[in-house]
Amino acid sequence: MKKQLTDFIIKTSEMLTPSCGMLTLMPVDGSPLPEIKPGQFVEVAVNSVMLRRPISICDVDYEANELRLLIRNAGKGTSEMLGLPEGSKLNILLPLGNGFTFSDDVVQPGSRMLLVGGGVGTAPLLYLGRILRRKGAEVTFLTGAKTSAELLLVDEMERIAPVAVTTDDGSEGEKGFVVDSTVWQKDYDRVYCCGPAPMMKAVAALARRKEVECEVSLENMMACGLGACLCCVEKTVKGNVCVCSEGPVFNINELTW
Amino acid sequence: MVNLEVNIGSLKLKNPVLTASGTFGYGTEFADLVDLNRLGGFVVKGTTLNHREGNDYPRMAETPMGMLNAVGLQNKGVDYFIEHIYPEIKNIDSKIIVNVSGASVSDYVAVAEKLAPLENIEAIEVNISCPNVKQGGMAFGTTCAGAAEVTRAIRNAYPKTMIVKLSPNVTDITEIARAVEAEGADSVSLINTLLGMAVDVERQKPVLSTVTGGLSGPAVKPVAVRMVWQVSRAVKIPVIGLGGIASGADAMEFILAGASAIQVGTANFFNPRITMEIIDYMEDYCHRHNVKNIYELTGALKL
Ligand SMILES: Cc1cc2nc3c(=O)[nH]c(=O)nc-3n(C[C@H](O)[C@H](O)[C@H](O)COP(=O)(O)OP(=O)(O)OC[C@H]3O[C@@H](n4cnc5c(N)ncnc54)[C@H](O)[C@@H]3O)c2cc1C
Ligand SMILES: Cc1cc2nc3c(=O)[nH]c(=O)nc-3n(C[C@H](O)[C@H](O)[C@H](O)COP(=O)(O)O)c2cc1C
Ligand code: FES
Repeated sequence: MKKQLTDFIIKTSEMLTPSCGMLTLMPVDGSPLPEIKPGQFVEVAVNSVMLRRPISICDVDYEANELRLLIRNAGKGTSEMLGLPEGSKLNILLPLGNGFTFSDDVVQPGSRMLLVGGGVGTAPLLYLGRILRRKGAEVTFLTGAKTSAELLLVDEMERIAPVAVTTDDGSEGEKGFVVDSTVWQKDYDRVYCCGPAPMMKAVAALARRKEVECEVSLENMMACGLGACLCCVEKTVKGNVCVCSEGPVFNINELTW
Repeated sequence: MVNLEVNIGSLKLKNPVLTASGTFGYGTEFADLVDLNRLGGFVVKGTTLNHREGNDYPRMAETPMGMLNAVGLQNKGVDYFIEHIYPEIKNIDSKIIVNVSGASVSDYVAVAEKLAPLENIEAIEVNISCPNVKQGGMAFGTTCAGAAEVTRAIRNAYPKTMIVKLSPNVTDITEIARAVEAEGADSVSLINTLLGMAVDVERQKPVLSTVTGGLSGPAVKPVAVRMVWQVSRAVKIPVIGLGGIASGADAMEFILAGASAIQVGTANFFNPRITMEIIDYMEDYCHRHNVKNIYELTGALKL
């Protein structure tokens, strides 16, 4: 899968919550999208800051030749992306990273898969869920947020598979964190997780206790996104490895958490 | 036809555009995006005698038009490079320069000796200026005696082109440049990163795990151009200029100020194709200014 630098046009830009928005992007020149694996990410160039910003690929539609990015306003770069009018161009480096495991030896018809997302970390799970369903897996989504107004993509996930919700304040779904959800009472073959680091650590600890395979997607600070600068390293059982090129998805057994 | 060829000692480059150590991996990371064969050359990651894990995360902090890094020379060691990486890159039609680091003079010499027999490595760049390692590194680069000692020892062990990379974190960089020239360096490259620091005010902690780190990117360019100008007037050996180059015009600033070749570092991160754009720009620049050989422009600054 070759990496490419491509100008995309923002077809639509829509705020989903006060701080998060969805961009739908299409290559300006109409060239077909490269093959993209769930859990891979892009690096978006913006004018307000020097370095590109890493963003997970939330969804891919090869027929429409579109990809979607779910972006949380976290500072200068993301706020610029969310503020651009429809029709603007973005220069994007893609596809980057390894992605979640979805090979035939791991995903079989009937495999029980739990996809756990926290906040904007729900983004890469949408495309993953779609692909796992297509392979016949039994998918359950679990998503958490502080409050119901901050929940993301619930309707879209429901079109793919059942969705369990937790909110810190109990304003929707079960009250508590994702690890408190009753969905954990069932058994799973694999857990896929993306969200804030404390949440992923709690999910990893629970998965270890339940002895279930678990993959997490890390968000270390990046400079190049290509495995060249060694800025984004995570300590693993093999020593320091680049999250951008050997991740962002890791099996928790590889991590020192 | 414009001639972009330049010579650094006995090293012949097809054009003056190199990539800076630590910012371009081993070249292969950029192979999908850049025609590596078009580069004048590339300087690979800092290589040490033994494997190094580098510093703890966080190792990077973005700053206005720049970044701080504290990678700390993470690499798998020179033997791994020779066995596993060199065979992968040796046939790229571009000059490969290995950046050499060490904690002691004997380390530097041992690495240089191991690299000397490699046919397709015609030059090393000796890093006496890394701010991110506790021992050695910058310590050698900040005194004339230290810089001279390392240069002399490597000169005796390494017969091919030896470039010495200078630290900007000194009072007078021209003194260090003269010291390494006197000990037989074929060229000097400058600048390495400027020692800097960033604070996370909410957590009231340094952003980097190492507290301080090396500043690079467009923010350092004026300092780098000034130092290249000063050094090129102080020594007779060719100067390789770098620090903040992010466009063809930036590259020409360094050439006019006295550089024979340039390196592109941090800009590779935000514009992976920048080196190709700079080569195109240089060709066009020479056309526009009716210059046949780009080397005629080295130090051509009108004062
Ligand atoms: C592989 C990967 C995938 C990601 N996917 C998404 C996504 O799908 N949607 C999304 O909204 N965000 C995602 N992020 C996080 C996003 O990259 C950061 O929020 C963004 O870079 C912040 O840039 P900024 O200029 O807006 O904020 P800045 O002004 O740079 O910083 C604001 C704050 O965010 C922190 N920050 C900066 N960079 C990062 C980072 N890489 N990770 C975490 N915190 C950071 C800073 O320390 C600072 O406190 C992802 C990050 C990675 C590494
Ligand atoms: C992430 C990173 C890693 C670096 N690693 C090395 C290194 O291993 N050896 C070295 O001599 N210089 C290293 N440098 C310094 C660069 O080669 C260069 O001297 C400096 O960044 C200034 O150029 P720039 O502003 O174009 O990046 C590194 C710089 C960065 C940003
Ligand atoms: S961001 Fe440069 S190596 Fe990962």
